[in-house]
Amino acid sequence: MHNPQLNKNGELQHLITIEGLPKAIINHILDTASSFVSISDREVKKVPLMRGKSVFNLFFENSTRTRTTFEIASKRLSADVINLNIAASSTSKGESLLDTIDNLSAMHADMFVVRHAQSGAPYLIAKHLNDTKQNHVHVVNAGDGRHAHPTQGLLDMYTIRHYKKDFTNLRVAIVGDILHSRVARSDIHALTTLGVPEVRAIGPHTLLPGGLEQMGVRVFTNMDEGLKDVDVIIMLRLQNERMSGALLPSAGEYFKSYGLTPERLALASPDAIVMHPGPMNRGVEIDSAVADGAQAVILPQVTFGIAVRMAVMSILAGTHA
Amino acid sequence: MTNLHIKNGRLVDPAGGIDAVQDLFIAGGKVAAIGSAPQGFTAARTFDATGLVVAPGLVDLSARLREPGYEYKATLESEMQAAVQGGVTTLVCPPDTEPVLDEPGLVEMLKHRARLLNQAHVHPLGALTVGLKGKALTEMAELTEAGCIGFAQAEEPIEDTTVLLRAMQYAKTFGYTVWLRPQDPHIGRGGIAHSGPLASRLGLSGVPVMSETIALHTIFELMRASGARVHLCRISSAAALDLIRAAKKEGLPVTCDVGVHHLHMTDADIGFFDSNARLTPPLRSQRDRDAIRAAVLDGTVDAVCSDHTPVDDDEKLLPFAEASPGATGLELLLALMLKWAAEQGKDGTMSDKALSTALAKITCDPARMAGLAAGTLAPGASADVVLFDPDVRWTVNAAALASQGKHTPFLGYELAGQVKATIVAGHVAFER
Repeated sequence: MHNPQLNKNGELQHLITIEGLPKAIINHILDTASSFVSISDREVKKVPLMRGKSVFNLFFENSTRTRTTFEIASKRLSADVINLNIAASSTSKGESLLDTIDNLSAMHADMFVVRHAQSGAPYLIAKHLNDTKQNHVHVVNAGDGRHAHPTQGLLDMYTIRHYKKDFTNLRVAIVGDILHSRVARSDIHALTTLGVPEVRAIGPHTLLPGGLEQMGVRVFTNMDEGLKDVDVIIMLRLQNERMSGALLPSAGEYFKSYGLTPERLALASPDAIVMHPGPMNRGVEIDSAVADGAQAVILPQVTFGIAVRMAVMSILAGTHA
Repeated sequence: MTNLHIKNGRLVDPAGGIDAVQDLFIAGGKVAAIGSAPQGFTAARTFDATGLVVAPGLVDLSARLREPGYEYKATLESEMQAAVQGGVTTLVCPPDTEPVLDEPGLVEMLKHRARLLNQAHVHPLGALTVGLKGKALTEMAELTEAGCIGFAQAEEPIEDTTVLLRAMQYAKTFGYTVWLRPQDPHIGRGGIAHSGPLASRLGLSGVPVMSETIALHTIFELMRASGARVHLCRISSAAALDLIRAAKKEGLPVTCDVGVHHLHMTDADIGFFDSNARLTPPLRSQRDRDAIRAAVLDGTVDAVCSDHTPVDDDEKLLPFAEASPGATGLELLLALMLKWAAEQGKDGTMSDKALSTALAKITCDPARMAGLAAGTLAPGASADVVLFDPDVRWTVNAAALASQGKHTPFLGYELAGQVKATIVAGHVAFER
């Protein structure tokens, strides 16, 4: 089975998942991102790498935050950005996903940034572009169902590398709703590829998918045990609709067992960093004292996210330095 | 009806324990004789079957013809053509059409349409409950009179166990068989892939094996209470086969079939979200697949069906979870059974016994499960015959398929075994 995100030469054609990406490609993206970080500090925050290219943000599922970061990243690369909120547009008129893609391709799109509620949707688009010989059009997965959110995974890796330098001596804990989290899956694949010796998942059994061990993850259901001596804590957002029902009895009880408080944070390594993909639920998965505390790197994550997305897009467009 | 003489073929009739080069003589739509011609027989047509296998026409326990209601997916014409092109001469179709087959008039119409086409014999299953809604029983006696050979819930499990018990008691009263695909109405509902490492990795919601086993425990208890005979459709897991093995040993009147895809594929064949591998029940683990293969050999599995489910492009070219489940199968059933048979030998050569077992699972055994006089070449039986070349290799692609459903996880596979002619009730329905 050919992995459609790599071309015949093993180069990145689309970015759909971190799973199966060679370490060299991940490192190349992170290295490229570091050259972009400084651009954001300049007075003129733009480079002409994607001048004349059209990036279509196709959001079949609402997201303000991720769409905005892609939009900023595109604009800093001097690309033209077109935002389409498809959730409220063509597919509700009955147009199929691939018809939408063909129509936009006919408008000479160079890149699609796709967010979709269904796992695997970006593969369908990438395969269609490859099958119809539109190899000049690239797909970036901006989050599909529970499957993957590779740019979030990469910006998390950038953040960890920034603060910890070396991946090969780390303990990383991912806490919360792993079952429904595409961020967790992308982080797990990235961390194991980059050689992190111990990746932990912490949560109640109702929020842990089966088969995590096969992904190279140590599973903990006790937060205190799971946090012991970790160097990085990645908190996950708990969606509102999952806070009460058959998965969890209440947000309050969840916070009691799995909320990250200063006391719990003290169990981790003294220089541990705390990450969160946002948006945060203060008082549900994370205590404000931690979210705003010295060990939190949640806002730097957002800043690095722009640079990482610039790196991904410029590499795909073949225009990076 | 013309007299046919099929000569020099390797005649394999598992029902009669025959596997030898024998001539077959057909007269009046029936098998007239094997070996030497009956007195005064003159053939209107002679087939030279040298190098071919001559076997009973295939009996398929699950083929969706999509009529009435889903003619955009397939029509009776296209699917009956697919059947004979695949060597299938008798097929059983589930009641999940639109409208549901819960009224005698609909069944009569379907039987009538099928008869006019004069190809494979079509035997519908009636709905066990009105609209498959699991609330009220259908008129089973009337439906039987109209031509239903059993009663099924298709893909709609009955939520209320009392209704299922009553349905089984009522069916038992008249001696009807209840056809059920074991699935818990709650666990695994909305799931799209086998619960396991692959579904976790891909972020697909899962259908756990216990969805099948919990339902089986319930069905077996209800069988003990009601005495009803049950045929279990499309078993997908090793654990379920263990339960069925035990139930058979206990003496419960139960039989089961598996879909032919599950004989060869696992959830790993989903690959990069290939919607052609989106099936119901889902493809399971390698351990489950291996258990299914073994259970076909040891007889726990009584029959293998094509689980033929034509789906059109618009419903497959969608994200995996949104794609319609199902694959075309009528034209693959024979070749995929032969593939299983060849793989029973260590070096890939098919033993006589393996061929005979494979053919039994798609001819006489399913006919017996369904209570049909089919699947044999015994003199006097309906002359439903398939002639195939076991060695011709062909590649599965859309153009090679007569079915309107072009989607199958086997697209691009090279398979051995090609149908050369199909005879239904003494008339040549397909010839290549």
